[in-house]
Amino acid sequence: MGLENTLFESLPDVVTVKLDAVVNWARKSSLWPATFGLACCAIEMMNTVSARNDLSRFGAETFRASPRQADVMIVSGRVSRKMAPVLRRIYDQMPEPKWVISMGACATSGGVFDNYAIVQGVDKIVPVDIYVPGCPPRPEMLVHAITMLQDKIMKESVKDRRDTFEMESRESIVPGTLPVTEDTALEREMHAKVDAGNTARPYTVPSKHERRRSS
Amino acid sequence: MTEKLHGYVEKIKEKNADWVVAVAEGHGEITVTVPREAILDVCSFLRFEQGFDMLADLCGGDRGPEEDPRFEVNYHLFSTVHYMRLRLKVLLSEDDPNVPTLTTLWQTANWHERETYDLVGIKFTGHPDLRRILLPSDFDGHALRKDYPLRGYEPYSLN
Amino acid sequence: MATAVENIPSQLEVMDQPLESEMTLSMGPQHPSTHGVLRLDLKLDGELVVNVIPDIGYLHTGMEKLFEYKKYQQGIVITDRMDYLNPLGNNLAYVMAAEKLLDLEIPERAQVIRVLMCELQRLASHMVWLGTSALDLGAMSVFFFCFRQREKILNLIEAASGGRMTPSYFRIGGLMMDLPAGFDNRVKQFLDDFPEALSTFETLVTGNTIWQSRTKGIGVIERDEAINWGLTGPSLRASGVELDLRRHNPYTGYEKYDFDIPTETDGDVWSRFRVRMRELNESHKIVRQALERLKPGPTKADAPKIVLPDRDDMRKHMDSLIHHFLIVAEGFNVPPGEVYHAIEASKGELGVYMKSNGGPKPERVHFRGPSFVNLAALPVMSEGEMVADVVAIIGSLDIVLGEIDR
Repeated sequence: MGLENTLFESLPDVVTVKLDAVVNWARKSSLWPATFGLACCAIEMMNTVSARNDLSRFGAETFRASPRQADVMIVSGRVSRKMAPVLRRIYDQMPEPKWVISMGACATSGGVFDNYAIVQGVDKIVPVDIYVPGCPPRPEMLVHAITMLQDKIMKESVKDRRDTFEMESRESIVPGTLPVTEDTALEREMHAKVDAGNTARPYTVPSKHERRRSS
Repeated sequence: MTEKLHGYVEKIKEKNADWVVAVAEGHGEITVTVPREAILDVCSFLRFEQGFDMLADLCGGDRGPEEDPRFEVNYHLFSTVHYMRLRLKVLLSEDDPNVPTLTTLWQTANWHERETYDLVGIKFTGHPDLRRILLPSDFDGHALRKDYPLRGYEPYSLN
Repeated sequence: MATAVENIPSQLEVMDQPLESEMTLSMGPQHPSTHGVLRLDLKLDGELVVNVIPDIGYLHTGMEKLFEYKKYQQGIVITDRMDYLNPLGNNLAYVMAAEKLLDLEIPERAQVIRVLMCELQRLASHMVWLGTSALDLGAMSVFFFCFRQREKILNLIEAASGGRMTPSYFRIGGLMMDLPAGFDNRVKQFLDDFPEALSTFETLVTGNTIWQSRTKGIGVIERDEAINWGLTGPSLRASGVELDLRRHNPYTGYEKYDFDIPTETDGDVWSRFRVRMRELNESHKIVRQALERLKPGPTKADAPKIVLPDRDDMRKHMDSLIHHFLIVAEGFNVPPGEVYHAIEASKGELGVYMKSNGGPKPERVHFRGPSFVNLAALPVMSEGEMVADVVAIIGSLDIVLGEIDR
């Protein structure tokens, strides 16, 4: 009754379009955030999905507890040194494409807590796409950040988001499992390098996505 | 309020005069300084005979590296019978920051003592599981000591 | 075929036997039901919990260290971020400890407003508790109803202080500023609407058979054991101890208010749930009484060297301007001494130990968080329960990791 009718009235049966545009449109319209609640901001993040600021209006309400099923990691709150390795591991467990929103002053820069216990900005651990200021930011600001991220996704290229080589992904996808980013060819490559003594052992192997960023 | 509290202090003194080193009063509260060896006895006397049945709080403090004795441990006792509060204080020197554990009297002392050990570095002898509670186990130093810098020793890096 | 049929009874026998080996399950620190970043080492025998070892510190913020480097009035901001569901309670505990050291007299209106705001905050805190603990047990819609009510309270707090979750509204010597015009009418409006919401919660949760069977008889802690473990607040009152610091160690004029202390005797998850639900009613009553007590008057103590002057004053009087400059630039000296001040926060006894050495910065500030102590008793409560019940027990304790790890 709605979209289908208008589409068929105005468009021909076959549409030629850039692959990036279609894929990105699909990706941005259904973002699945990981519930990475840390501190005060987590309560505002919960508020964002609840009654008044309904995040499902923007297609991003499906909070997943498992990082394997999530696209966006909303780092909501201060990251302590004890939590930092955990955060990094969860980021690594998320399959590509993945984005990170740093929510609040603490996640962005350490906020008022400039001391021995707090990591001064989550961007020292994971690459961040959107920074949200505020202590804590209002739910409206998180909604704004999500829409900004959607704009950003529309400008990306699908090719940049490949994490595993094709053979690898075929191997890793056996029925009943999800593709994982661990132990990929990149990691094996790095392990080989480490074993040969060419390089020091990194905490984790950077994904292609990060390599692109750092260059 | 403080008259009643003074009554409890008198009772401690009656029981054993050596248990009370000093008594300080201020802002409606009473602080009894207790020698380290007696803390367990004083606490069990207050708990089983005077009705101070709850250990509300236990915290350590660093008075500064140049002070002697350097460390202190404060025990805040509370009674669910007569609703009074009493603070016991144990002073410890820098060379020997050990104090008997209270976990045999109150289970709640367990985490408080672990926290005090973690942040101030006071060791509780006889504690069943004295390890770091808040900071990671490979953390170097004790954060709440006055000579520990606010930002820690090294900048954070993952490599 | 025959062999398969013969095998079935023997398999059942094997299933009845307890497993001889324990299994360790690591739950958290990133887990939706741990209310933050709590990690639990669960030692399991099949599905039965043998032992739980909570592992905390994933949100350790070094606040107690930071207090020593901040002036007294700057510390208020840090307390907001401690128990972030009950920031005004933290403000109050910290501010009152400093006032005790300074021997400040707080005017009547400021005290009434403190009670009013604290009770509103307690309602908001309990709303989050109800919503999230129901979410943990699978009741999704309660969460939305609770957050809707909480949003109304946050709007009130925002109107008074300018901040939704981190208000820093109470200052040493009084309040940041007086309530805005028309505030009492907005509170009245909220109070009139709230009982209906309460009955909604009762319908959604209390009579629900699934809810009852998930909570009744789960996570029991006896009266003596609860005191031994230092439980406070609703968790202690659910074990049959009538202890409420608002009544038994009254502060900010709570002795003038008429309210009951709800207690239950079973000490299980259901009792803790009932105590908190009845507390919502009591807080509602106290807010209404506080509104009646609200009379015009000053909201700041008469201490020009400690309390920031009004903007208007600063424009007219030179000495006000000087005081303002000195307080902001250098702070104020607090006479040497030490105090322990405890208030009844939404989760239990929130104590502040503050020691001054005479300077503008405290020598030591220690917070006795109720969640910290209540969580320590988790192993006793969950021993012998099912894994799924651990989630219910954590929910019933209403822990906030910001306060546990500080």
